[in-house]
Amino acid sequence: MRDARGRNTAPEPAANGAVAAALLACGVGCCALGALAVAGDGSKRIASILNFYNPTGPLAGVTTVAIAIWLVAWSILAVRWRGKQVAFAKVSTAAFVLLALGLLLTFPPIGDTLLGR
Amino acid sequence: MGVTTREFVTLLHGMLFGGFFLMALFGAFVLLLDWSNARQCELRASAPPPIPAWQKVYFAALVVCGWAAVLTGAYIIYPWYRAAVPAGADMVLYPKALLTANPNTAGWHSLGMEWKEHVAWIAPMAATMVAWVMTKHRAAWNESCQVRKAVMGFAAAALLAAAIAGGWGAMIDKAAPVEGGREIQLMRAAR
Repeated sequence: MRDARGRNTAPEPAANGAVAAALLACGVGCCALGALAVAGDGSKRIASILNFYNPTGPLAGVTTVAIAIWLVAWSILAVRWRGKQVAFAKVSTAAFVLLALGLLLTFPPIGDTLLGR
Repeated sequence: MGVTTREFVTLLHGMLFGGFFLMALFGAFVLLLDWSNARQCELRASAPPPIPAWQKVYFAALVVCGWAAVLTGAYIIYPWYRAAVPAGADMVLYPKALLTANPNTAGWHSLGMEWKEHVAWIAPMAATMVAWVMTKHRAAWNESCQVRKAVMGFAAAALLAAAIAGGWGAMIDKAAPVEGGREIQLMRAAR
């Protein structure tokens, strides 16, 4: 849209940084969950480190650490991208790749294959 | 007619929190499909209407049910499920040991429970993100087709993760129910 002097008066798009931050952080959290699940399954040492609450076993640590990573990533990205317009296509592609990795890594046969079982 | 305390808590986990979460997530996905109409989004972007209170309550209830389902599952029911069997104890009260003792039923644990216990957590994480965007950043949803597609993709992933967890949970509980604890009488026997 242009005014009488030919200047571009099209409205500025709303900042998408906050949504991009939430999306990418969620992908990071999901991928961390899958990676930690495989790591805990493959190493007794990591499993014992992740055993935050004995009745639940390593699952407590896997999920607590994954949630912490998700929330920390969300906080950092939200601060960095607040009020900014980011390349949403690139960010959402990265978020979907991380989400897909997270979903795949939680599937036991894939984890077992990675661990050489 | 009665249930044991462990059966009752399992009911709360699966039927109340998990069931409501799955239904609400499906409902939210249908709402998102309806709200993703590009023409209507364009109109709303130019004159954004206020977000109705019922939508805020709906998304909040969705998120609360999701987190309640995974937290009760991991910290109350899973310890009963995976507890080590003391010598001479009744195996029926130890579902993991009961399932893994027989090669024909071991898969319920080695595939079903191992998958369910992890994939379930993706659902409330993604649902929280979707709820947050839809209640706090509706303008970005209305304005951008990319945002709409991305949010709907994560909502679909949450639905898939919740369905996998809920489906396996129901089947595992049929194969080896979590039982035990004090008996709660729901109804006295007819005389």
